[in-house]
Amino acid sequence: MKEVHIEVNNLTMAYDDFVIQQQLNFKIHKGDIFIVMGGNGCGKSTLLRHLLGLKKPAKGEIYYQNKNLWAISEAERKKIMRSNGVMYQSGALWSSLTLAENIALPLKEYTDLSDHEIQGLAYFKLALVGLVGFEEYYPSEISGGMKKRAGLARALALDPDILFFDEPSAGLDPVSAKLLDDLILSIQASLGATIVVVTHDLPSLFAIGTDAIFLDTMSKTLIAQGAPNDLLKNCPNPTVQQFLSRGMNE
Amino acid sequence: MKKCEFKLLIGEKNIAEAELQGDWLIGNVVPDIESVKQQLQQQNCTRLNLNSKQLGRWDSRLALFLFELEKYCKQKKIALDIHSLPTSVQGLLKQASAFPVRESGNKDKQESSFIASVGLVTLSIYNETQKMLTFVGEVCLSALRLMRGKACFRQRDLWLIMQECGPGALAIVTLISLLVGLILAFVGAMQLKIFGAQIYVANLVGLGMAREMGAMMTAIIMAGRTGAAFASQLGSMQVNEEIDALETLGISPIDFLVLPRMLALIIMLPLLCLYADFMGILGGLMVSVSLLDLTVVEYLIQTKSALDLNDFLTGLIKSSVFGVLVALSGCLSGMQCGRSSSSVGDAATAAVVAGIVSVVVADAILTVIYQIIDF
Repeated sequence: MKEVHIEVNNLTMAYDDFVIQQQLNFKIHKGDIFIVMGGNGCGKSTLLRHLLGLKKPAKGEIYYQNKNLWAISEAERKKIMRSNGVMYQSGALWSSLTLAENIALPLKEYTDLSDHEIQGLAYFKLALVGLVGFEEYYPSEISGGMKKRAGLARALALDPDILFFDEPSAGLDPVSAKLLDDLILSIQASLGATIVVVTHDLPSLFAIGTDAIFLDTMSKTLIAQGAPNDLLKNCPNPTVQQFLSRGMNE
Repeated sequence: MKKCEFKLLIGEKNIAEAELQGDWLIGNVVPDIESVKQQLQQQNCTRLNLNSKQLGRWDSRLALFLFELEKYCKQKKIALDIHSLPTSVQGLLKQASAFPVRESGNKDKQESSFIASVGLVTLSIYNETQKMLTFVGEVCLSALRLMRGKACFRQRDLWLIMQECGPGALAIVTLISLLVGLILAFVGAMQLKIFGAQIYVANLVGLGMAREMGAMMTAIIMAGRTGAAFASQLGSMQVNEEIDALETLGISPIDFLVLPRMLALIIMLPLLCLYADFMGILGGLMVSVSLLDLTVVEYLIQTKSALDLNDFLTGLIKSSVFGVLVALSGCLSGMQCGRSSSSVGDAATAAVVAGIVSVVVADAILTVIYQIIDF
């Protein structure tokens, strides 16, 4: 049995009085590529913000290797947060810094490396995602797909234990989306990190997912869990079937 | 365009026939749906057959008319026969009612009573105040971290922001404070001339600028210029998830983004204020020399005897306070910005309004305090 990396226990997410999802219970195992899927507006990105520790749950707990994220001290929580790498939907690169500086900033903050070594590392991480020659560009000067890849390079900066992806293929053409999937797979293979992907892009979730949950908008809770390919074959729930088969089985 | 008509014929057994004629196009005058409804009501129909043999061109206007008619017929349980209409019209109508009405779709906007809305406003004021105080507290903690040398921000950012809000604002501060000095002198000169006391224009302008107008005008300019800029910079970072990205790395956005902006404005505003004081005095000098037959030397000597360093000091203290207020309101609105591009505009507006209001209120309070302690 694989080790549990993140455990979510009876989580309710809400903005003020407006409940988005409730009674979520699931475990993310070490080394999995865990997919969070669901229709538009079902709270996928909100779940991501909760998992990242950016938003406090309205009810329930989130455990990182048996540590309750909101019962430990702030310093400890920050330490856990720092071991997460995140690639945001739009890249979320800091617009006033060049790509290399974007990657160097966390390194400067949390390592004792010399400036020269930091620059070397930043260039190396950019090379990993295929952005050699763009190190001194500002985020506004590169294309959307490149921003995503640079965002991935920044997420890799501190060699994270868990990598989170918020809709990695959104806004990418099929070929670039495929390239990004391959990149995710090869990083997973070489770093052994746990990967959590929020997506509703079917080709990519079938290609990379080893475990998944499905959030439903109507019942406001998760209605299926398992590997995406198994879900397609075996899940009896019509909503899940409709989603995974793009409404073809109607 | 042919005139369009809806001819209603009531047949036997309460079965109505209607003929659609002419061009049913947007921009053409179409029969009023309400009067059609009334006719149907009066005749007590149970069935309505639509014919379109003489129908000309048509667009959404016809579809809308039929959609409303269909809704009415459903409500009144009148059987509506649309089979003889063009198939494309039938398809459109079918599509329009294909999706079920979602209950949570249209948010029901209940008219709340007066007392309820007073309550809601009070609650929101309470919440806003709480958020503001939290923010101020966080900034104070971050300032403490700075003093202990633990705050993390890039010095280059500080220099850039200082350059942007200091030297970058020189031109507009020059123009405004020169004009303010000019106006003060002009208004004063008219009155003082009556007593033959023109020379005291120098006192008026000097004291007015140093104690009051220099600090106030620069603060208002900076609220409109830099406060709004801070709010929209931080706001668009919020929209772009850049602030989330900082937080997930455990870098405090207050340290990294707010602190350098606060520092820059607190340092630059007093300097700008001092500059504005001298520009105002220069403006007064121009009026006095050209209108009041005073010489430059006379004016300057009079100014020097009217002012002492304390007067400049009062203005400088005020302007540092204003610097804190303008930077705080700019950064607060930016950090609280929502996640859409329109909220960035709202944040900028809120920053300017809050900045100017707080500056004027603080000015009034400080002036009274100065009076009491005789400063």
